[in-house]
Amino acid sequence: MRLEAREVVKVLGKTRALDGASFSTGDQQKVVTLLGPSGGGKSTLLRVLGCLLVADEGDVMVDGAHLPHEEKEALQVRRGNGFVFQGYNLFPHLSALENVALPLREVHGWTQEKARMRALEMLERLGLADHHTKRPAQLSGGQQQRAAIARALAPKPSLLLLDEPTSALDPVMTGEVLDVVSELADVGQQIVLATHEVSFARKVSDWVIFLAQGKVIESRPATDFFANPESQPARDYLAGLGRYR
Amino acid sequence: MARLKPTDTPTGRQTALWTLLWLALAALVLWIVFPSTYRWHWDAFWQYKNLFFRGFLTMLGISLVAMVLSVLVGFSLMLGGRAPWIPLRVAATGYVTLMRGTPLLVVLLLGYYGVVSPLNLCSALVAGTALLALFEAAYLAEIFRGALESISASQREAARAVGFNLIQTYRFVLIPQAVRRTLPGVAGELVSLVKSSSLLSVLGIEEVTQVTRLLNSRNYTALEGFIPLALAYLAVTLPLTWWANRLERRFAYET
Repeated sequence: MRLEAREVVKVLGKTRALDGASFSTGDQQKVVTLLGPSGGGKSTLLRVLGCLLVADEGDVMVDGAHLPHEEKEALQVRRGNGFVFQGYNLFPHLSALENVALPLREVHGWTQEKARMRALEMLERLGLADHHTKRPAQLSGGQQQRAAIARALAPKPSLLLLDEPTSALDPVMTGEVLDVVSELADVGQQIVLATHEVSFARKVSDWVIFLAQGKVIESRPATDFFANPESQPARDYLAGLGRYR
Repeated sequence: MARLKPTDTPTGRQTALWTLLWLALAALVLWIVFPSTYRWHWDAFWQYKNLFFRGFLTMLGISLVAMVLSVLVGFSLMLGGRAPWIPLRVAATGYVTLMRGTPLLVVLLLGYYGVVSPLNLCSALVAGTALLALFEAAYLAEIFRGALESISASQREAARAVGFNLIQTYRFVLIPQAVRRTLPGVAGELVSLVKSSSLLSVLGIEEVTQVTRLLNSRNYTALEGFIPLALAYLAVTLPLTWWANRLERRFAYET
């Protein structure tokens, strides 16, 4: 994929979460990673790229196609994407199976049987075959995130957007989830990832977008970025994260 | 005797035993207080048991219709209070505020003698039932609103993220989770509705309270009417409470 943004502004409440963000990635990038300090606009940019939020101003393009500014059209684009958030985004009143199958039936118009088979297939692929009848509260944090990934992947999204998918997890569960993400990258799933796991980002990313204070500071191939961050904020950020790892 | 922690529940046998003991004590107190001064005339009241029973059925009918109506109106009021149009939102929240600030008795008197009766709209029975429903709807609207607003923003976002539109978000995500949270409040409100239906006697509707008052004055009795009256209401409200508790357990899941 190729992602582009021109002077994107998104105001959330009273803060300008994105304050004139501009960048463009190279063509054919499989994994694009958003890095930067908390509050810098990573989550907001990820939502705008996935059409979960529409930009107040500016222009966003995915593979050359302009993203809509109207909620109705945004819904259609959004339905082609899959999202995974920090945590607690499964529906607590539904089993793992229903969490995956319900959107397939209601959003994507699949039959009962086809949705069920697909949901079972996805849960099995993510190592949750024995847990499909359980409700989210009966699953561990790592299992919940894997179920959330199963739900996001089930309708075969063109883009999988992950917003700090391991921030609420302990190191073991973090490992479980990152393994899954790296397998997905290996089989060619297009991924946009916001994370603080820099060593993981270094391993899987093709392109890095570094944000701070609502602006894109750097947008470069991942190998270049990690070998030689150009800006002071990026160098500070990487040094700060590396201090205890 | 074993001391309970606040979250412990006594066994069914313990509860039953102590309920019986306390009831016996209450009966004893009543018997001591009313020994010679009160002369029971159960036979006088017994003659009119059919009339009493008809009043009971009227109360039951009023309550059932008002319950259904109040849930529907309450839900609409809650939606109205969240509407994107200012006039609708002001109307819905204003209605809820006014109703909750006015006693039911005043609503009934004003609504019936002030509006329904002069305009000859409908019978006292229909008017009373409707006014009761409209009154309780205001409380239910607040219970619904509270439950819906208690569902975290991350659930709404998750619903949007899987591609649900607004209606699907309400139908599959918000309402199923809100229902369970409303159950204790709604059950309490419905119990309160059953009891409040006794006020409809001021409109001359022959529901069970009004019938009891008529029978008492006809037979010069008092407790012979009021004790069965209390039992009649309990016969409706207690099963309602038990049923609500069962539903609450059935919908129980951790979040």
